[in-house]
Amino acid sequence: MTRQHSYWLLFSAVFSKDVKLAFRQRAEIVNPIIFFLIVISLFPLAIGPEPGLLARMAPGIIWVAALLSTMLGLDKLFRDDFNDGSLEQLIASSYPLSLSVLAKVAAHWVVTGLPLVFMTPLFALLLNLESAALMATVLTLLLGTALLSFIGAIGAALTVGLQKGGILMSLLVLPLYIPVLIFATSAIDTSSMSLDYSGQLAILGAMLLVAIISAPIAISSALKVSIS
Amino acid sequence: MFADLNFSLKSGQIMQLAGPNGAGKTSLLRIIAGFSVPDEGEILFQGQSITKYYEEYAQELLFIGHKTGVNVQLSAIENARFWLSINGYTNNPDLYPLLAKLGLVGLEDIPVRMLSAGQQRRVALVRLWLSNAKLWILDEPFTALDKSGVAFLQQRFTEHLNSNGAILLTTHQDLTTHFSNLQTVTLEYRH
Repeated sequence: MTRQHSYWLLFSAVFSKDVKLAFRQRAEIVNPIIFFLIVISLFPLAIGPEPGLLARMAPGIIWVAALLSTMLGLDKLFRDDFNDGSLEQLIASSYPLSLSVLAKVAAHWVVTGLPLVFMTPLFALLLNLESAALMATVLTLLLGTALLSFIGAIGAALTVGLQKGGILMSLLVLPLYIPVLIFATSAIDTSSMSLDYSGQLAILGAMLLVAIISAPIAISSALKVSIS
Repeated sequence: MFADLNFSLKSGQIMQLAGPNGAGKTSLLRIIAGFSVPDEGEILFQGQSITKYYEEYAQELLFIGHKTGVNVQLSAIENARFWLSINGYTNNPDLYPLLAKLGLVGLEDIPVRMLSAGQQRRVALVRLWLSNAKLWILDEPFTALDKSGVAFLQQRFTEHLNSNGAILLTTHQDLTTHFSNLQTVTLEYRH
């Protein structure tokens, strides 16, 4: 049997396994989207269908709903691999664990974050979001949900060894989501006033780059502590 | 848990960790595999500390623990293929004959969760036929296997030892009849 040291081979194997598993248990993909949809549709019912008020609140509502719905799948991100021993196999695979982690977080984003981005026009309609703000919402969700996946994965890795880690993880992770929330909603607000919002996007992009580089290292250390 | 441990395992040798439940056999195996760090002391592989050269060590290590690393949502074939790719094996061997040899005919493509405990264990043990690692660390590999499975596995052990491999395992099976050069390290239960 020939062996080859290929980082790409490892990345694609871990990524495609997680995406395949998510599609096999479709509830994992569909539930967060439905949750997102329901939370957003609750607001017009609760505060009344006043178009101006809704449009004013839309960025905040969309982003808080996005935060909460990405939390739903996080708990499971490393749980199965922890319970069935796959994490140990990944550690003993002679590749850095941080690379497998990067692939897992990327897969998590593709199945939980990306669908929200595609659904944005529908949510915009429900909340009477101004059309000028639609593009900003899509772009901030695109960058922001990826960032949420990386930050959330740190919390998931720290709590994976605990029996009921879900709530503790939310407490750990939600405060760290605040900067994302601030810059994302600010970008959407700015765009609805037809101003240039590239500054906020640039900050989100910068935060995402830092997360891509540093979060996998933090996550893999946390996982190693959890399994030892 | 344990202290004053000093032993070495040479190629071509098989070593059994013995001791009562709770003596720390699994903990010791996990330390030797590099998943836990010992409070004191170190593990050397070919003269080099495994913590410093873990990637080189992992190349030569095959670990199958209590938790076997088999995903129950995936099929036996998918599990084996995933294991091959995360270990850098690029050629795509025909897995069906191998799975058939292991008694998994007709079960290759259904989710592993539908299989019995013994069959699930066999899905994990497929790696012993795929890997070219020198050192095997196996925690209770015979669990849930039937008699023919145990015999088949012991036969594979002999092949591995003959090709200069080394095996470190825990089991409550008596292996002395099969392996004349079996070494034993006994851990005692300490409070």
